[in-house]
Amino acid sequence: MSFEIPDDRRYLESHEWALEDDGTVRVGISDFAQDELGDVVFVELPDEGDALNQEEEFGVVESIKAVSDLYAPVSGEVTAVNADLFDAPELVNDDPFGDGWMLEIDADDASELEALLTAAEYEEQIA
Amino acid sequence: MSDRDESDADPRAEQVRYDQARYVENGQYEPLLSEKDQTRVEIGASDGDDGDDSADGGSPLPDDLTRDSLELPELSEPELARHYTRLSQMIYGIDSGPYPLGSCTMKYNPKFTEDVAALPKVAVHPDRSERSVQGTLELMYRLQDYLGRIGGMDAVTLQPPAGAAGEFVGIRVAAAYHEHEGEGHRDEVIIPESAHGTNFASAALGGYEVVSLPSDEGGRVDLEALEAALSENTAALMLTNPNTLGLFERDIEEIAEMVHDVGGLLYYDGANLNALLGRARPGDMGFDVMHYNVHKTFATPHGGGGPGAGPVGVVDELAPFLPAPRVRSNGESKSEPGYELFDPEHTIGKVHGYQGNWLVLVKAFAYIARLGDEGLADASATAVLNANYLASRIGYEVPYEPFHHEFVASAGDQDAADVAKRMLDYGVHPPTTKWPEIVPEALMTEPTEVEGKGTLDRLAAAFNAVAAEDDETLESAPERTTARRIDQTSAARSPRLSWQALEPESESDE
Repeated sequence: MSFEIPDDRRYLESHEWALEDDGTVRVGISDFAQDELGDVVFVELPDEGDALNQEEEFGVVESIKAVSDLYAPVSGEVTAVNADLFDAPELVNDDPFGDGWMLEIDADDASELEALLTAAEYEEQIA
Repeated sequence: MSDRDESDADPRAEQVRYDQARYVENGQYEPLLSEKDQTRVEIGASDGDDGDDSADGGSPLPDDLTRDSLELPELSEPELARHYTRLSQMIYGIDSGPYPLGSCTMKYNPKFTEDVAALPKVAVHPDRSERSVQGTLELMYRLQDYLGRIGGMDAVTLQPPAGAAGEFVGIRVAAAYHEHEGEGHRDEVIIPESAHGTNFASAALGGYEVVSLPSDEGGRVDLEALEAALSENTAALMLTNPNTLGLFERDIEEIAEMVHDVGGLLYYDGANLNALLGRARPGDMGFDVMHYNVHKTFATPHGGGGPGAGPVGVVDELAPFLPAPRVRSNGESKSEPGYELFDPEHTIGKVHGYQGNWLVLVKAFAYIARLGDEGLADASATAVLNANYLASRIGYEVPYEPFHHEFVASAGDQDAADVAKRMLDYGVHPPTTKWPEIVPEALMTEPTEVEGKGTLDRLAAAFNAVAAEDDETLESAPERTTARRIDQTSAARSPRLSWQALEPESESDE
């Protein structure tokens, strides 16, 4: 099975993606991750204003098969969370790279992203 | 398993047909009592003057907090009896047929234990004076003693209300011991990857960092990995033996020595004790603290929310830290020999009211007393024999051997969850599925000692019938049960936790 892996963003080994736009980093989980999890039934996210460190746990995604921690790809302040997921967690399955996004972080240092996996490296990891 | 001899199989085994009862009224399964009838009942004033402002019967509560009537189901006794009988026919339990749910030890609960627990003399108020309840205290004392002897432990508390609660208590007792010894810096508990999920939870809830231990190729504890994980920060290693694959941890003495050498404690998860009764004792293997799952090993009712009991046993060094109170014999030091409650010297305190769930403990006591040493050893041997006989009769591969009271088969190319659903159609409960993960598409099977050869053959026939079926059949199963395939996703995404939520869609969405 082949999975969508957009090359406009970076990836964590723990399957989160990070898309930077002018210092703001949008975060979600990959197509592969949502497929492995199966139907997502619950997403727990931090509050706006919370400070996160890179690789710190920021939330939890729960499916009918498993509960997984979510890790921050970059340090910074949470400026937005996707509240749609609280009522419609299926967005994570339906559109993991789009409407299923989880939060936005105002990055302290966007260059932290350079340490993360590229799309090609991530593809190799999940192959 | 390819050379199994069909000729020995019970000839009835292939002939079992099963259709579960299904009562439907107004398009839904047997409705709730409150859905069958709602009759407005006046609850007016005692002077019979219904309906006016004084109809609160003189209640001191403000008028806006009282009511004059309410809706209740008004049904006749036969209607009520039929409702509960129908519900009982629409479920499946050990009283319906075999229940080989691995790791859970779903023994049949002998009915005499219910009789014993219903004796009027058993219903004593826990606040009565010690002198007036000597029989009750004696029973607790003897149960502490029975459990201590069975596990090879020096002291036992009966207080924890469930197996997982027992784990938590065991971990707290271990922590209190380390603290008292000036070793409070120990902050790690080592747990094999294949352990019961409650182990990780209990250790984490007890304030410890969990160090996960991979198993070796044979499915047992990897001694090199253990050596690497042990350190001066190790508080305990939690193990179950036989392990979740049903394999005996042969190196247990060496494991115990390694853990003790770094100052750690060895915790025994009693979930699989049914494999060892009368043959081996955790205490003799070097374990320092353990919990007993009386609902598994000693046939008290399984939880589903309780009440349950998860007694904890410890070696002498840890006894002063057990929860309070415990029961002891006051020996001959007093003018009236008997039994009394006492608080252990450095107790971690209470973990439940009084002595825990007393009526559950009475059932465990009755079971142990009825079977005796010989009966318990025989039950354990039969449980191991049954698991091995059943495994020899099924076509699914069992990758890890030699197992004891349970085995983990692999559904191979089939989806283990679908296999389980399809087995329901053959009138048997399926095994535990997809765990432990070390076996692909795991079917964790534990028939227990209660099944005879005929039932085991019938179970094997169900396994083999499902093994021969195609994916389409499996994916649409079950077809003969009251409820068909459950929509787990919708249930989890939009849980409806009150019968009132079952009102028409327009009202219930929020």
